[in-house]
Amino acid sequence: MTCEEVSAGLIAYLDHRVISAERREMEDHLASCAACQMRAGEFRKVFTVLDELPLLEPSFGFDVRVRERIAAEPRRRWFPAFLPQPRLAFSAALLLAMAIFVAKLPLSNRAAPPAASPVQQGDFNAIQNLGVLENYDIVTNIDALSELAPAASPDAAQPEQPATHDDGGI
Amino acid sequence: MLDVKAGDDASFEFLLRKYRLPLINFLGRMVRDAATAEDLAQEVFLRVYRARKAYTPSAKFTTWLFRIATNLALNSVRDNRWRQAETSLDEPAGEDAGPRELPAPEMRMDEHLIERDRAEFIRRAIASLPEKQRAAVLLHKYEELDYGEIARILDCSESALKSLLFRAYESLRVQLAPLVIQPVPQREGKGRLS
Repeated sequence: MTCEEVSAGLIAYLDHRVISAERREMEDHLASCAACQMRAGEFRKVFTVLDELPLLEPSFGFDVRVRERIAAEPRRRWFPAFLPQPRLAFSAALLLAMAIFVAKLPLSNRAAPPAASPVQQGDFNAIQNLGVLENYDIVTNIDALSELAPAASPDAAQPEQPATHDDGGI
Repeated sequence: MLDVKAGDDASFEFLLRKYRLPLINFLGRMVRDAATAEDLAQEVFLRVYRARKAYTPSAKFTTWLFRIATNLALNSVRDNRWRQAETSLDEPAGEDAGPRELPAPEMRMDEHLIERDRAEFIRRAIASLPEKQRAAVLLHKYEELDYGEIARILDCSESALKSLLFRAYESLRVQLAPLVIQPVPQREGKGRLS
């Protein structure tokens, strides 16, 4: 071990914070190097001299002043707890924007009205070609037919039917 | 500190009582002004209180505490906001006067004067060190923190810290040579603190 290496580790050696192998090397060097030995001895004395520095005690009002300063700190208000956190607010805004986008997406594709289903179209044709309904006005204006009992068909149950009978002057 | 984070005021009182003395001594030796040291110590506790909610136990509490204190002290020294206080024991001490050392009652006056002169000599020697060396010596010698902690506080590597400490103690060895050669007179009592 060289004098430079001893210098680099001298404080740790004096603190007893070196591993045993390094300690043995240091002691071997110190035993053979008068300059390093003298320096180590003087460092020990410096440590002792530094211990002479008396402690300072805090003044009587120290704790009180600390407490006063802490008491003067603005207290945390309760309502910020209910305010959304920035990340949460951003996530919510993003979610809302996505929801609006998705909701608008089918509307934009709805430029052409969707074709009616086959079942609906069939019903529409049947109603359009229904003979009774087609000649409804003619049938209701024939007096002879007005004496007949109302047909059992559902069309007879229409509210206009009794009015027609009255008009017929029975 | 985790209890303080949870809102336990009694735990903060415990921290205040436990660390006020080491903080005031560290800061007093850094800035060499008792009143400034107390102001800075109050500021340290205030910052600890303010940061309690964000505290994460990634390092030892003392490392965090002394890192705050060291930064405040270095800023104070660099900003030259402190004044060299030449306190005299003959001055009347008000109740709110800063930290003060009193001689032990059993000391003779000549012993007290010698001790006071030696203490002042040591203070001057420490104050003459560059700021980072001074902080390293104070944290190492008086606060007895380990190298890892001091290195984190001073934001340097452990090997850099050892080099820093060696240079600091080498300077002190030269400056304190008169005290090393002439040891303190033997007496029964030791300086008392108030």
